[in-house]
Amino acid sequence: MELREGLLYSKSHEWVKEEDGVAIIGLTDFAQSELGDLVFVNLPEEGDEVTVGEAFADVESVKAVSDVYSPVSGTVSEVNEELLDAPESINEAPYDAWFVKVTDITDKEELLTAEEYQAFVESEQE
Amino acid sequence: MLVFEKSRPGRGCSMLPACDVEIVLPKEKDKRELALHMPELSENELSRHYTELAKKSHGVNDGFYPLGSCTMKYNPKINEDMAALPGFTEVHPLQPAHTVQGCMEVMKETEEYLCEITGMDHMTFQPAAGAHGEFTGLLLIKAYHESRGDKKRTKIIVPDSAHGTNPASAVMAGYSVVSIPSGEDGCVDLEKLRAVAGDDIAGLMLTNPNTVGLFDKNILEITNIVHGCGGLCYYDGANLNAVMGTVRPGDMGFDVIHLNLHKTFSTPHGGGGPGSGPVGCKECLTEFLPSVLVEGEETLSFVKSEHSIGEMKSFYGNFLVVVRALTYLKTLGREGIPKASQNAVLNANYMMNKLKDLYTMAYDEVCMHEFVMSLSDLKKKTGVSAMDIAKGLLDNGIHPPTMYFPLIVDEALMVEPTETESRETLDEAIQVFRNLYEMAEKEAESLHAAPVTTPVTRLDEVGAARHPVLRYQFS
Amino acid sequence: MGNYIPNTENEQSQMLSEIGFQSMEELFGHIPDEVKVKDGLNIPEGMSELEVRKSMQKIAGKNRVFETIFRGAGAYRHFIPSIVKSVISKENLLTAYTPYQAEISQGILQSIFEYQTMICDLTGMDTSNASVYDGATAAAEGIAMCKERKRKKAMISATVLPYVLETVKTYCFGNGMELVVIPEKDGVTDVEFLKENIDKETACVYIQHPNYYGNLEDAENIGNIVHEAGAKYIMGVNPISLGALKTPREYGADVAVGDGQPLGLSIAFGGPYLGFMACVEGMTRKLPGRIVGQTVDHNGKTGYVLTLQAREQHIRREKASSNVCSNQALCALAVSVYMAAMGNEGLANAAIQSTSKAHYLAAELEKIGFAVENKTDFFHEFVTKSETPAETALKALEEQGILGGYPLDDHRILWCCTEVNSKEEMDAVVRILKEV
Repeated sequence: MELREGLLYSKSHEWVKEEDGVAIIGLTDFAQSELGDLVFVNLPEEGDEVTVGEAFADVESVKAVSDVYSPVSGTVSEVNEELLDAPESINEAPYDAWFVKVTDITDKEELLTAEEYQAFVESEQE
Repeated sequence: MLVFEKSRPGRGCSMLPACDVEIVLPKEKDKRELALHMPELSENELSRHYTELAKKSHGVNDGFYPLGSCTMKYNPKINEDMAALPGFTEVHPLQPAHTVQGCMEVMKETEEYLCEITGMDHMTFQPAAGAHGEFTGLLLIKAYHESRGDKKRTKIIVPDSAHGTNPASAVMAGYSVVSIPSGEDGCVDLEKLRAVAGDDIAGLMLTNPNTVGLFDKNILEITNIVHGCGGLCYYDGANLNAVMGTVRPGDMGFDVIHLNLHKTFSTPHGGGGPGSGPVGCKECLTEFLPSVLVEGEETLSFVKSEHSIGEMKSFYGNFLVVVRALTYLKTLGREGIPKASQNAVLNANYMMNKLKDLYTMAYDEVCMHEFVMSLSDLKKKTGVSAMDIAKGLLDNGIHPPTMYFPLIVDEALMVEPTETESRETLDEAIQVFRNLYEMAEKEAESLHAAPVTTPVTRLDEVGAARHPVLRYQFS
Repeated sequence: MGNYIPNTENEQSQMLSEIGFQSMEELFGHIPDEVKVKDGLNIPEGMSELEVRKSMQKIAGKNRVFETIFRGAGAYRHFIPSIVKSVISKENLLTAYTPYQAEISQGILQSIFEYQTMICDLTGMDTSNASVYDGATAAAEGIAMCKERKRKKAMISATVLPYVLETVKTYCFGNGMELVVIPEKDGVTDVEFLKENIDKETACVYIQHPNYYGNLEDAENIGNIVHEAGAKYIMGVNPISLGALKTPREYGADVAVGDGQPLGLSIAFGGPYLGFMACVEGMTRKLPGRIVGQTVDHNGKTGYVLTLQAREQHIRREKASSNVCSNQALCALAVSVYMAAMGNEGLANAAIQSTSKAHYLAAELEKIGFAVENKTDFFHEFVTKSETPAETALKALEEQGILGGYPLDDHRILWCCTEVNSKEEMDAVVRILKEV
């Protein structure tokens, strides 16, 4: 399971990168390997509100749909449209395949460091 | 090869005579400009093309088809003959009533049979399929509450084991879904049900036996709880084959039901349709039924309630499918209906018993017309999944269950043999399942590669979804 | 009594005892007594095949089959090539399940892929689904698929088939979309009303072309108005008419729907029919129902599979945009066989003959006091108004074995001609009505 330093992780398997008050969100390597080959992504629109702990997007594999949860509350400032044409990039490079950028952050959940996240995933697997 | 690839310019069939009146063409502004690219083949080339396609299809008429929750029983030939009578096929739906007394009689008689079998008071045949029937039934519930000024009921309770159409239909009817988890025994958890049964509940959708093939013994308590909080109870009739003649949904406390004529009542699946999803209801909902009902004794006529929810589709439903079902009902009759469900349950228990030493049964008790195996342990031990076993079945001429259903059992394989299978067929199938189990333990690789004897091997579904090609492109 | 159960009573007893039960009662012993049926069902006894056949034939005999039909209004009697029946009776196709297991269902899947292609070709659209129940539900689903977060209002013309309007209303009772009916003016959609009332909350506008009265709508103009307001344009069309008329694509439609019954399905007292749905590329993922896609297998061989399934109810459950599960697969097969057998020429011929014969009949009826109401061009249906009561006229025709047009009110009749109606039949109608 691949991890990247400098990112924070949620227990629902999203990664968050914070840069100057903007939160960039994506799915972890563990998540993409559990989900299998992804065929489509349903993204929110710019200007949409997202709420911490609530689903803001979903990803489709051939046989299932999975929600993607927001680790922060705020407003979507940018959406990664490239994901719509190439959902496989989430499988191939999950830490580069960002979903949305969120600004005006009003709330955040408790996020884990890379080590904490690794420990969390390993404990879940038992 | 696609039919378009076999097309050659100038070939064709001679179907129509020349026009015997003056030709009138649409004006320029309404004339078609885009060229048509329909196939140009002679009749015999066309006929061979479809024969080729038929050879690459597999129906109940070809072999054992134990698809859980689909009731793939034998499709009697007489049904087809009766549905082809010109007295049924050549009748226009808007003919005057006195010229379609036979069609009305079909609807009235089928209604009488099915209401008696299900314990309902009236039935509409307008819904064209089970999902359509669910949507209809939920709209009846909605109309009922609204007519009583009860606007705060915005939720429908659906067990997590339910077929996907249940919650989808609830949402289409404008409700939000309250999902209740099933208990360890696969049945409705009464405590969880009581916890959500409030005055914002419009109703409950349930099937009994449930989607894991078990009869929920608490059914009267369940429907009581929902009625107690002012909600109505909807019965998903997909599993009626397990109980018809022995138990009636109306006696279990259900107010509205749908049936699947293409499951329980032997009409053919046709590769995915047409089906028919009649909706039956108790008197309290009758005034809201869509379409028309047939009334009268000597002379029949259509009547429509002024409080009807409207129309679910055009005309009266998939009429020829109803004709097939009536033919079947007349054939089975009073003794045949319960015998069918008894043998459906016998065949399922027989198979389950002869496999339970090898395969893990999801629930260790008497099943009804279907049973669920969990291949979770097998997967851990050998890496062979339920999907692999399903593909292995294909190589043995048995059409496997739909993957993955029900969702509440891990690596589920749900088997419904139906009553129309002989003991030998069941024994052969049992042997196939046993052989596959052995293969999983000894040569898992070959199952990962299955199927190998079918016209194509496993298909790239990921590619099909990522880069959809949904039609042939004419150059 | 037949029951299609192969095992004899003896075999059943043996099987029961092998698994530890003495009787069927014992097998059902776990079911509470309170819910069990007590004295058996109150339905007639089962019958032998001979008796069932006689019974059903007797019922069918109580229906009147008209040799000559001039009634349409949503159910159209067209010529059906014999090969259609031959193909849909093939048992591998007739008795097959939904093609979820693609490897064993290539025949069905390929036939649906061919159907989808033909529907796209007929309508000029980019993507078609595998069919829905009928034209009315296709209209309702078409409207639902245009719903957006900020656009929840649908506008529909009053000139559509009454069943379509009623079905759309019923579906909107469910999904909560606001429905605005655009009134009729001079037999077509009131374009002024549309212009004044379309706004930025309008998700879509639905018209039928040709409409209920047979009239051709101002389809291109309406399309422009709709798009200018940022809404989607849905056209309900008669598939046979597309053999001669401009396609929805050429009029600028985003979604094209209709009933495929005229393409090889008998009128059969209303069903089963077929709803076709096709759309432009950008809306593909909004289409409800099943869709077949082309792909390859492990050996690189071309194959077909149900795809984009994650839109559907069995995966999305309450988040699905529609609950549609079964479609009208066998009817879709019949429709593709029809289109393949008729070919480009046959389809164009059927369309042109239908409209030509309608114009002939209209002109002849006009001469004998059945004034043609249609002010604009019509396709193969038209409305007459006469002093003679509609009931009287139709009764006279019925006595001679002819099903005349559909009575819209006491003096107006909606007539329909297809390629099946001959000049003799039409002259007979005129002759009979002259005497009334």
